Amino acid sequence: MPETISLEVLRYSPETDAEPSFQRYDVPLRKDWVVLDALNYIKDKVDGSLTFRWSCRMGICGSCGMMVNGEPKLTCATFLSNYAKDAAPVRVQPLRYFPVIRDLVVEVSDFMTKLQSVKPWLIRREEKPLSEGEYLQTPDQLDRYKQFSMCINCMLCYAACPVYGLDPVFIGPAAIALAQRYNMDSRDEGAGERMDVLAQHEGIWGCTFVGECTEVCPKHVDPAGAIQQYKLTATIERFKSFLLPRGAK
Amino acid sequence: MSDTGPSTRHTEYHPRWYRSRVSTWWWLARWPYLKFILREISSVFVAWFVVLLLLQIRALSRGPDAYARFQHWLQTPLVLLLNLVTLFFVVFHAITWFNLTPRAMAVRFRGKRVPDLLIVGTNYAAWAAISLVVAWFLVRS
Repeated sequence: MPETISLEVLRYSPETDAEPSFQRYDVPLRKDWVVLDALNYIKDKVDGSLTFRWSCRMGICGSCGMMVNGEPKLTCATFLSNYAKDAAPVRVQPLRYFPVIRDLVVEVSDFMTKLQSVKPWLIRREEKPLSEGEYLQTPDQLDRYKQFSMCINCMLCYAACPVYGLDPVFIGPAAIALAQRYNMDSRDEGAGERMDVLAQHEGIWGCTFVGECTEVCPKHVDPAGAIQQYKLTATIERFKSFLLPRGAK
Repeated sequence: MSDTGPSTRHTEYHPRWYRSRVSTWWWLARWPYLKFILREISSVFVAWFVVLLLLQIRALSRGPDAYARFQHWLQTPLVLLLNLVTLFFVVFHAITWFNLTPRAMAVRFRGKRVPDLLIVGTNYAAWAAISLVVAWFLVRS
């Protein structure tokens, strides 16, 4: 194994640069180092001005998502040794389709607003008093939505989704998967409220089922599956609203 | 959702975001994207097979001469080539469609989710069975 590995990191300073450019760094290649370790090495030892987000280093916080050689990756879970054989430097870029604030830091408010719009929390028509205890759930009921609850909001699925790139009003994979997480929760009664946001063109019908969101998801959430399943639910609900008399729904 | 809130506008704290444009050729950048676009294009060829079937029925309804002319037209190199390409795209469409079905169908049986392989397998089995029935009709006549 060679002793060093080259990284090409996209740099952008809003104060001085009209557009981003790549800067090359050589870092030690260690077997247990991930791309995030290399970035931290650069920041600590080579160039303190390099700016990027990170926190937990263990694939839970969802902060360190970046493009590594054109693929959306959690840099804390992407080992440098996987790229050691390539002659070309490892290219690290900010998450695709998001506006860049500085270097590898992207503006995420768009996603945050969309996430809020699908009301990703338990909605009850009437809250029961605390004295009656918690809302119970069987393991089978938990199993229905558990996969979708694994989302860490890392936004890799947005960076993989050409629909989001071409049509930024699309609510996007993670927000819809999280809406489904609550829709399928036996304790939730807010599916009707979420449908107003989800069953419109910018919601599920914007999705053309490219399927890459599911491929890049580090938590195996399967947002593409969530969206297609919800398309079926929305269609059935629409037919019901045409065919059934009021009150029978 | 026409208004995504103030987030998409520049603020005094973020005066100059850099936004990159999506290339017109984005779908050439990665094989899964190209596969997706080919799959979308395949619908045109699926439609062509439908049109071809309608043309065939029309020729059939106009009598034996018209049908013979139609068959002759089918044997011309250009139509043969077009139909060969169409066949490729229709098969591609069918295979990718079947492979995607487990994503769209979360079938549950006795509280457990039915394995993907079973859903895909059932689709292929149905495809094979229906093809065999059609083939039997064709061979018989």
